[in-house]
Amino acid sequence: MGFVSNLVNGISLGAVYAIIALGYTMVYGIAKMLNFAHGDIIMVGGYLCFCSISYLGLNPFVSVLVSIVGCTVLGIVIERLAYKPLREAPSLDVLITAIGVSYLLQNTALLIWGSNPKSFPNLFKSLGNIRLFDGQLVISSTAIVTIATNIVIMLALTWFTSKTRMGKAMRACSEDKGAAQLMGINVNSTISLTFAIGSGLAAVAGVLLCSAYPTLMPTTGSMPGIKAFVAAVLGGIGSIPGAMVGGILLGVAEIFAKAYIGTQFSDAIVFALLIVVLLIKPTGILGKPISEKV
Amino acid sequence: MAGRSRGLSRTTVSNLVTYALVVIAFVVVQAMVSNRMLTYSLQGQLVPICAYIVMAVSLNLVVGLSGELSLGHAGFMSVGAFTGIVVAASLADAIPNPVLRLIVAMLFGGGFAAIAGFLIGIPVMRLHGDYLAIVTLAFGEIIKNLLNNLYVGIDDAGVHFSFSSAEALGMAQGGKVVINGPQGAVGITKLSTFVIGFVLVLLAVFVVLNLKGSRSGRAIMAVRDNRIAAESVGINTTKYRLMAFVLSAALAGMAGVLYGMNYSSIVPKKFDFNTSILILVFVVLGGMGSIRGSIISATVLTILPEALRAVNDYRMLLYAIVLILVMLVTNNPTLKQLWRRIKGSFRRTPKEPAVASEGGDVDA
Amino acid sequence: MPRIPFIGRKIEDTKMVEYPSDAIIPERDLGKVPVLECRHLGIDFGGLHAVSEFNLTIGQTEIAGLIGPNGAGKTTVFNLLTKVYQPTYGTILLAGKDTAGMTTDQVNKAGIARTFQNIRLFDTLTVEENVMIGLHNEIGCGMWSSIFRLPTHFSAERRFHERAMELLDFFDLEAFASAPAGSLPYGAQRRLEIVRALATNPKLLLLDEPAAGMNPAETAELTANIRKIRDEFNIAILLIEHDMSLVMEICEGIAVLNYGTIIAKGTPEEIQNNPDVIEAYLGKSQGKDEGPASPEADDHGPEAAPAAAAPKEA
Repeated sequence: MGFVSNLVNGISLGAVYAIIALGYTMVYGIAKMLNFAHGDIIMVGGYLCFCSISYLGLNPFVSVLVSIVGCTVLGIVIERLAYKPLREAPSLDVLITAIGVSYLLQNTALLIWGSNPKSFPNLFKSLGNIRLFDGQLVISSTAIVTIATNIVIMLALTWFTSKTRMGKAMRACSEDKGAAQLMGINVNSTISLTFAIGSGLAAVAGVLLCSAYPTLMPTTGSMPGIKAFVAAVLGGIGSIPGAMVGGILLGVAEIFAKAYIGTQFSDAIVFALLIVVLLIKPTGILGKPISEKV
Repeated sequence: MAGRSRGLSRTTVSNLVTYALVVIAFVVVQAMVSNRMLTYSLQGQLVPICAYIVMAVSLNLVVGLSGELSLGHAGFMSVGAFTGIVVAASLADAIPNPVLRLIVAMLFGGGFAAIAGFLIGIPVMRLHGDYLAIVTLAFGEIIKNLLNNLYVGIDDAGVHFSFSSAEALGMAQGGKVVINGPQGAVGITKLSTFVIGFVLVLLAVFVVLNLKGSRSGRAIMAVRDNRIAAESVGINTTKYRLMAFVLSAALAGMAGVLYGMNYSSIVPKKFDFNTSILILVFVVLGGMGSIRGSIISATVLTILPEALRAVNDYRMLLYAIVLILVMLVTNNPTLKQLWRRIKGSFRRTPKEPAVASEGGDVDA
Repeated sequence: MPRIPFIGRKIEDTKMVEYPSDAIIPERDLGKVPVLECRHLGIDFGGLHAVSEFNLTIGQTEIAGLIGPNGAGKTTVFNLLTKVYQPTYGTILLAGKDTAGMTTDQVNKAGIARTFQNIRLFDTLTVEENVMIGLHNEIGCGMWSSIFRLPTHFSAERRFHERAMELLDFFDLEAFASAPAGSLPYGAQRRLEIVRALATNPKLLLLDEPAAGMNPAETAELTANIRKIRDEFNIAILLIEHDMSLVMEICEGIAVLNYGTIIAKGTPEEIQNNPDVIEAYLGKSQGKDEGPASPEADDHGPEAAPAAAAPKEA
């Protein structure tokens, strides 16, 4: 049963990584930038939800909504103020700006909420855990909600990008911005929309992450952010199903490494997995091969 | 060597300016130290500033000259630091002279970091662009993770290693734990001094500038500018990308020794992703490929948080805002055009012909 | 221009290399090892035969042309010769030596240099540095002697400078020596690419549309330059070009490519009167007397049916 329970935990953690990785991958696909501040949006999402529940006494579901709306707005504002003026700038300059935004978010959070960790309430306690095989296998309600949310998001995004006008515009922009513009697509608002969706997803991920690992600090988003970035590259950056595959794979690998090899080396194993995959398939599991025209 | 083209001599003059800047800065700071004009905390920053300058110069070799984004440079710094600390501790009796011991430690630190750079570089050089960047990040994290679990002790029998615990070292009585897992290196004899830091800065600048103006350096820059064209004129692109990467790792390792041996204890966490990013910020703000820019920005950005101590709570916030604003301002099209116009009006002034003959002796 | 009379005739110093029956070699190169020989060369891109059964022989000092409608696979042939793509089939012999398993840089060292259809210079480096990079394998100097500024570094740098200026002088580019390559006017950039390729001391120079975007005066200068290169450097040149007057004027042998295969080979006169070539360029029904020699027959001319349907060049 240990194996199954580890597997469920791995998939659950992976589902969170996958949701964060979606934000990375969509933004990368469309704006060709590594948005290092993405991990910190998760942290902001966690704090917004925490404050709505603890200080405003709101119902958990309303709090999650507040968190999603807050992060979406934050994502749009960051994009407009910091990234939009740099559309034509060298990619490294955009990267440094993203790092600046990341520092800004972390330190603002530090000023507002302090460095002491906040203990995040379990939002899904009322749902109850599932006990199977006479209590030998316990699946936490958080894990179930996380995996279910992930499936819903995956389906919704697939539908959105393939069936709706805006989703198609998004795919067109990630393929060729110039051509998309000539076809009458508003590239700027499409990029804003991508940031909005990515940030909203980060809020969801923040709430799920904090429910599973209930310590909330200004640096909470950093490591999951980096891991989700790794997951996005693992699956093939720019690819939505790739982010899912990469995220789940990474989560399972991490939990298995912790369970069977040792907690202290789990990070090394997770990162080694990325390296091995990239050496076999240099553009990630589901990434499109890049070929330069000569 | 009269009749050198102007382009070469201009590089030579620029290089001389860089050396002069480093030397003058050193002399001024030394004078300030001996006249007690520096605050205690700023004086404590002198060696770290030197280490950061060397880090920035070495990363510039990869990012600026070779055109690859490396996000794990702190990993090489930590390999160097921990190697140097162990070497210095085990040679404490053999080499009593602290300067000589530090130099030997630096050579070992640089050497081990170069080996790490080579081993990492072989797989990394198969990749390009953002994929390469993420793999260097991964290697940086792996190195940190391994060092976090590394235990090293020294007793009469020699050096002991373990990846599980200090007890597993199995040391004889009187043995000393030098590196203690997550607690890092403890009980370091502080050997680093500002003078040695300055010499290391000069060495790093010397290596990178000399490489830049040479056959190998041109090959490295050719790969950066156009990989396919470089291959088409017979340049082994992997060899030269790897050369830049390994050389850069070696310099980072030496900087790590300088940095590590400036404190009595140091944890592996000090050399994490954030440190790699910090160095990258120095390089990008200083200007890609500009060694002088790296030196200036590493210095200013290390002092800046110190200078902002008055507003302690807000200093990192201000740092972040400065970072974003600098990027926004330098990429503003209106300001860019203005800058080009100012620069253009300077260009038009006739060049002194004397400059051309001056650069004859040192080939750039 | 005599055809080689029979299959497999061995020529004394060919070292087992045989001229195929359909090879066209200038008289002065007869009896010498051909600089390039492609046998059954081909590449597939995901099931598509981008180039197939490509057989070509070029003499040691020949100026040869490779023409064909857009998308016929001409640049792909260059990419195969320089190993940017590894061939799926066939053999490439460079001066009698098999280039199988070589990488792009090794092929260059073995003797093939090229220019690119869309100019690829080292834009941020100076014109002189661009040529010095071309001289990379001609003048040796290790990393350590450069870092520690040993005497070998200085003597190497002096030779780099002298040789680079000599080459730039040859093409009237010395005035630009210290300007960034990216800042040069278009025509000068094209010339610099040729200089850089020549700096690698090749046996065979591949020029990919050298006259693209040039006015008649510039094209005339280029024509003279190509001849000058052959005469001074004593090397072979293979060029892809859409400007038919240029091709017909300087090429001694021409191969016509369509749908990735050679549909005709011959002297300029033969090619101009070849019905298959006229059909490939102009379509079946509307063959004109002038054939591909007419200026309209270049890529901007009437989009001939076979050209439009031709597989895309990858």
